[in-house]
Amino acid sequence: MRAGTRSVRAVVLAALAALTLATTACTDEGTTGGGAAPSAGATTIKEGLKITFLPKQVNNPYFDTSDNKGGKVAVEEFKGVYAQTGPSDTGASAQVSYINTLSQQQVDVIVVSANDKDAICGALNEARQGGAKVVTYDSDTNPSCRDLFINQATAEGIAKSQIKLISEAIGPDGGEIAILSATANATNQNAWIEMMKTELAKPENAKLKLVATVYGDDNDQKSFAEAQGLLAKYPNLKGIISPTTVGVAAAARYLSGSSYKGKVQLTGLGTPNQMRAYVKDGTVKAFALWNPADLGYLAAYAAGALASGIITGKEGDKFKAGKLGEFTVGANATVLLGDPFAFNAGNIDQFNF
Amino acid sequence: MRERTRSVLGSWDTVVLVGLVLVILIGAATVDGAATPRFWRFVILEVIPIALIALPMTLVIITGEIDLSVASVLGLTCTAFGQMWAWGVTSLPALLALCLLLGAVLGAVNGLFVTGFGLPSLAVTIGTLALYRGLAYVVLGDRAVANYPPQWTTGAIRPIPGTTIPWTVLVVGVLAIVFGIVLHATPIGRGIYAMGNNADAARFSGVSVRRTKFWIFVATGAMSALAGVFWTLRFASARADNGTGLELAVVAAVLLGGVSIFGGRGGLVGVLGAVALLATLRNTLQLAYVPANTLTIITGSLLIVSVVGPNVAAAVRERLRRRRSTTSTTESAAG
Repeated sequence: MRAGTRSVRAVVLAALAALTLATTACTDEGTTGGGAAPSAGATTIKEGLKITFLPKQVNNPYFDTSDNKGGKVAVEEFKGVYAQTGPSDTGASAQVSYINTLSQQQVDVIVVSANDKDAICGALNEARQGGAKVVTYDSDTNPSCRDLFINQATAEGIAKSQIKLISEAIGPDGGEIAILSATANATNQNAWIEMMKTELAKPENAKLKLVATVYGDDNDQKSFAEAQGLLAKYPNLKGIISPTTVGVAAAARYLSGSSYKGKVQLTGLGTPNQMRAYVKDGTVKAFALWNPADLGYLAAYAAGALASGIITGKEGDKFKAGKLGEFTVGANATVLLGDPFAFNAGNIDQFNF
Repeated sequence: MRERTRSVLGSWDTVVLVGLVLVILIGAATVDGAATPRFWRFVILEVIPIALIALPMTLVIITGEIDLSVASVLGLTCTAFGQMWAWGVTSLPALLALCLLLGAVLGAVNGLFVTGFGLPSLAVTIGTLALYRGLAYVVLGDRAVANYPPQWTTGAIRPIPGTTIPWTVLVVGVLAIVFGIVLHATPIGRGIYAMGNNADAARFSGVSVRRTKFWIFVATGAMSALAGVFWTLRFASARADNGTGLELAVVAAVLLGGVSIFGGRGGLVGVLGAVALLATLRNTLQLAYVPANTLTIITGSLLIVSVVGPNVAAAVRERLRRRRSTTSTTESAAG
């Protein structure tokens, strides 16, 4: 038993030694680094910038397109170091520990799509104090927590296009419509839904009546069941808007296999590859989206321009984003990608993402 | 007797602490940015809510019960905190007191069902896990309350002067000492182990099993509420989905800490070591660019190890002891 006490004591001593070692050996490390300091008035993007994308969730086709087919291409064009990291679940605070990790890894720019605009604020500001720049894309944080927001489309632009598409699909007689959204907390979804309500209040849309908003949580089976539930509950339903790629594909799958096919109209925000079959079989006449690869590409160029000192995020700042051309920073340090694009049977085969 | 005490209290704690030291040493040597002052700040911020709930959870599991509703109590407390603030309760002590009271009541509901009606705690707290989370959505729906005064939100994570360590860890430290004393140095603590080993025997020897269990559930509720207040301020965001799934992180840490899921065995040193081990490992691996999916697999495997490990260790020890005692008897017979 004496051996036992000794071994416990040895472990405790080792632990203490390790802690002291670890803390003393690394105290001076905290002050170094900080990445490339931006030089004022630069015109070209520096080489070797470490730019990491932090999507809402990894292994999500939308973010794989925006990050790996857009952001990565751009970062490689200006010879930076690209990486993508992130949580596998979309819990509100799951991104915080990844932001903390990135600030310790001394990346130059964190390009992030926020799961919760408030919860990641503190961590982002801590990273900025450590010298990192923060660019948000897809879903913004509070403006005080980032340097720049790359907006894929304005809420107004999206809402207008969604209402226009459903109105054209249903025809002049109008009728009851419903919205199938993602999660009840998603910043962008809620902003779009609000704008759609504003749009529906206009006289030209008086014949469209919004009867329900349901949430499929960006989960295929839940969205499928919610679409089914909507039609069971509202027999006079004429159309569904699902402004989320998961939701619109699930709703299309349900409608195409049901007796409602072609009778109940569907539109939303979807990707051409997921929606191609349903556009061709007549379930969906048209749907909209921006190109997520372009969004990631633009975010990467904006990140590079920011870290090189070409722009500071001030209104009127201009920068070149490779093949997409020149962009200007708007109010509230926001850069707009453009208007949403409508995909239909006539043009869908030109796209592959 | 001494041999027994050592093998029960010492060995698995030692395994956990050695594991922790190894993770720290290997991390510091091979991973850029691991074990730096900043690294410890982030690890401790992650550890605080888990440790706060793991303290009472250790007691719960040693008595042979379980409480799976803790993360939902945390979530409901967060939304209550946010809603009361939105209604105009602007005193932090008042909000804290009301939240702790709410947590205690939620814990008392669990305790009443388990001890008053004699229902299994697993079933009761799976029920309240859903019920309390549902109530959290009733309180705030899809809204978030986030406009707290900055001195509250930065105050919750302010470093101890001269270090990077958030001061709130001291609160955890004090509470750990309180729980440690109760569990390891009082008749109540001895009663807790006794009822975990054999509730009937404990009752016959004068331990008030029902009353003790009831108050442990109340304490678990209150501690989860405290974790909820910290959570709200740390993330500056009260939402109904706050802390979803945290109960699994807590139970994983308690089991990895050597507490037997069947009750009666384990201690706080191992549990706190396991909480630190899991958080340090996760943060180190994340710094080493290990993707999220792999992290989940590693945490899951550790949980399996934690359930199987102590049992295997106990079986091996038992066999060694038997062999040793047989050898010694033969020797003495021969001599």
